[in-house]
Amino acid sequence: MNTLFDKIWDAHVVQHVEGGPDQLYIDRLYCHEVTSPQAFDGLRARGIRCLRPERIVCMPDHNTPTEGQDRPIEDPVSKKQVDALAANAAEFGLTHFGMMHPDNGIIHVVGPEKGLSLPGMTIVCGDSHTSTHGAVGAVAFGIGTSEVEMVLASQCILQQKPKSMRIRVEGTLGKGVTAKDMALFLMSRLTTSGATGYFVEYAGSAVRALSMEGRLTLCNLSIEMGGRGGFVAPDETTFAYLKGRDCAPKGEEWDRAVEAWRQLRSDDDAVFDREVVFDAAEIAPMITYGTNPGMGIPITGYLPTLDDIPSEAHASFCKSLKYMGFRPGYMLLGKPVDYVFLGACTNGRIEDFRAFASIVAGRRKAPGVVAWLVPGSWKVYRQIEAEGLDKVLEAAGFEIRQPGCSACLAMNPDRIPAGKYCVSTSNRNFEGRQGPGSRTLLASPLTAAAAAVTGCITDPRALL
Amino acid sequence: MKQKFDIIESTCVPLPLENVDTDQIIPARFLKATTRDERFFGENLFRDWRYDPDGTPVPGFVLNDPRYGGEILVAGRNFGSGSSREHAAWAIAGYGFKVVISSFFADIHKNNELNNFVLPVVVTPEFLDELFASIDADPATKVRVDVPNQTVTNLATGRSESFELNAYKKYCLMNALDDIDYLLLQKDRIEAYEKR
Repeated sequence: MNTLFDKIWDAHVVQHVEGGPDQLYIDRLYCHEVTSPQAFDGLRARGIRCLRPERIVCMPDHNTPTEGQDRPIEDPVSKKQVDALAANAAEFGLTHFGMMHPDNGIIHVVGPEKGLSLPGMTIVCGDSHTSTHGAVGAVAFGIGTSEVEMVLASQCILQQKPKSMRIRVEGTLGKGVTAKDMALFLMSRLTTSGATGYFVEYAGSAVRALSMEGRLTLCNLSIEMGGRGGFVAPDETTFAYLKGRDCAPKGEEWDRAVEAWRQLRSDDDAVFDREVVFDAAEIAPMITYGTNPGMGIPITGYLPTLDDIPSEAHASFCKSLKYMGFRPGYMLLGKPVDYVFLGACTNGRIEDFRAFASIVAGRRKAPGVVAWLVPGSWKVYRQIEAEGLDKVLEAAGFEIRQPGCSACLAMNPDRIPAGKYCVSTSNRNFEGRQGPGSRTLLASPLTAAAAAVTGCITDPRALL
Repeated sequence: MKQKFDIIESTCVPLPLENVDTDQIIPARFLKATTRDERFFGENLFRDWRYDPDGTPVPGFVLNDPRYGGEILVAGRNFGSGSSREHAAWAIAGYGFKVVISSFFADIHKNNELNNFVLPVVVTPEFLDELFASIDADPATKVRVDVPNQTVTNLATGRSESFELNAYKKYCLMNALDDIDYLLLQKDRIEAYEKR
């Protein structure tokens, strides 16, 4: 009567610390350049090495420019951080995919596509979107820099076991409705703290029907509901995706692994601390209007009015709408947009580029819209070329940039100017997230493409 | 910074907003530092709410309001949501806060605070509402956080509550020990686990 979460977690408990947390063994640690330098400093200060360097993989992604990666990074502060990761990886003997390395990209895109993230693993990274890797059937979650140091030093962290929650989405998603819309819908219903304290298992026929890319998008956004992490139990879709990946098991080892992975499922009588069920048919293409990802509405819907908002949240709601330049009760359809961003660990995979291309094919980018199309990795970039999507996009007036986190959090030069509206496939619409004063509207690649060719917020279903 | 916790009695800085995310606590552009300079992060705590783009302090923002000060930050529910950046906890510590009181914290940020010797104290919504009202009525309102007894008291009204803190973490806070100190002593257990 165990949940899959219990099974994976419990199998990794080294010991239960008396009166405290579990000491949890970590199978895979990913490090990027932003949240790791102080952890490596900590090791040096203590005069210690990494306990299991072979379990650690590093790559820069947050600071990398999306143009001219063959040249040194111009921003000296960004360059220093990226160089520090390379130097730390060399000093501590860790795998490092540097800028321009054929395996470089956003960690949460590279890990699964390289077969480094596998079912049943515990996976951590100093990044809240580590939940993405849950799509392969792993327990994956974001940690702070002190915890990164713990894993570097001991391959373990101390962690209170979260409660378990199952979110089932049953039925069939409508035409033009994607995994991103499913996630934005769940956040709008559950709020950004609805899953706080829980680890989420996504289930139900609509989740099962998602491709791996879709599951990666869904799990990516677990943290935006407050969830410690989120995963989908591995199945044939997972195995087909992982088979043949560079670091996935091969030959007989693969057969044995799949045999073991088939056991990774919640028991039929498993009890969850919380369970919610939604109907896929209720989900429409979604878009956010406010400054947290839970502030989403169907694209044809209206903003809430103050009457819809509990009184203790009025101050936050009004602050948010003032920042966005929106009024309560209005509709977003037809509103002009300035920027469109396709990419991020949320929607920077091949399927996202196929979706975007499917809308813009035979159309033209609207004049006045600046569009940044940023693949999540070089592998995605190469596949875009191999499938000829680059030609389709170029014919419509778009260009493909080089991989990285880019305008999702604007640590590289890709910043949305103050006051400008950006329809973005990324994960957060917080104040200033895409640059000081930037105004972000989160949506799917289809909705982003619809905005890019019409120049305003548009229901993508009208263009399919 | 490692420090021993016992009893803290202080005035408070009120931030009665919900869902304060870590991008607001410390914006991403300040994450490029490669050292753990708490003073630097503290100077940029709530940077874009606290200063105009040209660096002028925003009048009315609580950190610029001379009526408020102290070692305790009091914030609305779901404090610290979003990014896992520990820089947010460094900024809070660097500014000089030892305690953050809210009715609800985001998970990762809560751990980050604890790992940086900032104590997140979860109170009931009623306690929080009353505390905001007390501070609003009198900015000199003090709160007493008693770590050994795990109680938090609004000294203006006398309302007191107990708060949760596991025995292990309490021991660490009261003795200025961190998790890495502990884990480094567990090597035999880790190797035994790997042989299972």
